[in-house]
Amino acid sequence: MENKIWGYRRENGRVGIRNHVVIMPVDDISNAAAEAVAKIVPGTLAIPHAYGRLQYGPDLDLFFKTIIGNCSNPNVAAVVVIGIEPNWTNRIVEEVQKTGKPVAGFSIERYGDLSTIEKAARTAQKFLQDASEIRREPVELSEILVSIKCGESDTTTGLGSCPTVGNVVDRLIDEGGTVLFGETSELTGGEHLIAERCATPEVKQKFLSLYQNYVEEIASKGVDLLGSQPTEGNIRGGLTTIEEKALGNIEKTGTKPVVDALGPAEAPVKAGLNFMDTSSAAAECITLMAAGGAVVHFFPTGQGNIIGHPIVPVIKLSANPITVSTMSEHIDVDVTGLLKREYNLQQAGDLLLDILIRTINGRLTAAETLGHREFVLTKLYRSA
Amino acid sequence: MSHKFLVHNVGDSVGVAIEDIEAGEQIQGVILEDDSVVSVESRDFIPLGHKIALVDLDENSKVIEYRVPIGVATKKIYKGSYVHTHNLKTARWKYGE
Repeated sequence: MENKIWGYRRENGRVGIRNHVVIMPVDDISNAAAEAVAKIVPGTLAIPHAYGRLQYGPDLDLFFKTIIGNCSNPNVAAVVVIGIEPNWTNRIVEEVQKTGKPVAGFSIERYGDLSTIEKAARTAQKFLQDASEIRREPVELSEILVSIKCGESDTTTGLGSCPTVGNVVDRLIDEGGTVLFGETSELTGGEHLIAERCATPEVKQKFLSLYQNYVEEIASKGVDLLGSQPTEGNIRGGLTTIEEKALGNIEKTGTKPVVDALGPAEAPVKAGLNFMDTSSAAAECITLMAAGGAVVHFFPTGQGNIIGHPIVPVIKLSANPITVSTMSEHIDVDVTGLLKREYNLQQAGDLLLDILIRTINGRLTAAETLGHREFVLTKLYRSA
Repeated sequence: MSHKFLVHNVGDSVGVAIEDIEAGEQIQGVILEDDSVVSVESRDFIPLGHKIALVDLDENSKVIEYRVPIGVATKKIYKGSYVHTHNLKTARWKYGE
């Protein structure tokens, strides 16, 4: 396999493929200051979000885990954290410090936005200059943590783009790599196929329990997902039922055993194919996987989901000829030839692997060039 | 004649159109599992990406794709017909039934 792969080796040994200096707000009301800093110091990246106030219990735990995980992600060189008060701000700073990367926290109370912005901008400037001197170095493909999730699926997803991802996932895992998949409720109809692939009875038990909890949570609302799963876009693309959608979705996981079943935002500890309990909404899922350490994402799409992420390059591929011709600016890899059988799955996998390696080495994805920076926190229930 | 639909596995009840199929066309499809060719006459217009029945399916019978049930026929479906939400529903989300 191609071995000219260049990444950023971080202080903790983890490998990133981007070199972002992130300005992370702790809470909604600190977004303005974070965005101001990123404006004063162009080249840094503010990641505004909607939450961080009055959350409690497991929802608060997941909030911290997601924010800390994204800041700790190897695609991030350094972090400036800005919160309304010092306590939760420092909680994030202290956790991110464990990675060894530069991180500093600022809180707004008793200073106001303007003075906070000035102090934070000075630190951001220094972090940015230091980050600009970090050089890529040769790394192994197996050190690149890849996540996968599809969106706006249709039948071409199951026939073309998901099997292509499955082909590359198998090859990455053969090389010793680690891959994350999720979309818990969207496995419905094929959950037994995933359960059968779990490496041990313990992993199987963990997976089935996460799956059951998710579907029971949906059922507890007194509704079913008709009208949401499949989505209107899925139906327009020819998918009729959740089972059919799930079976296409599962194609992208390839054929390897599932070595572990992780909670949301949890970092994998075992090489190989790992399941993570996530929503099937694209931005929530990718944000949780980024928190788990994924540095690049494969996104098969049928009808044309245009998602990106602020810190994780999202590589989009499609086998739908209408999508590829009408939305070409969003598609990184065209695998429409699979449907016409102009080439086989292995050759389609070669196309994707080539773009993966070029993306790792610095080629911008379609989503990066178009400024797609969807960062969405998973909220487990309303705040207090 | 080039193929106009693909079938995932041998034994699947449906194939997927890879281009628009007009009603009354005699068309061929390829089964991906073994590269074998199947022929069928379409009874309906079937848009790209949508499904065509490869066999007659009784009301309440399971519809198979990827070797696995993808739902239940809500009415009799004849070979060559368009298969979608008007004649196929999930066997899973059951709330309210």
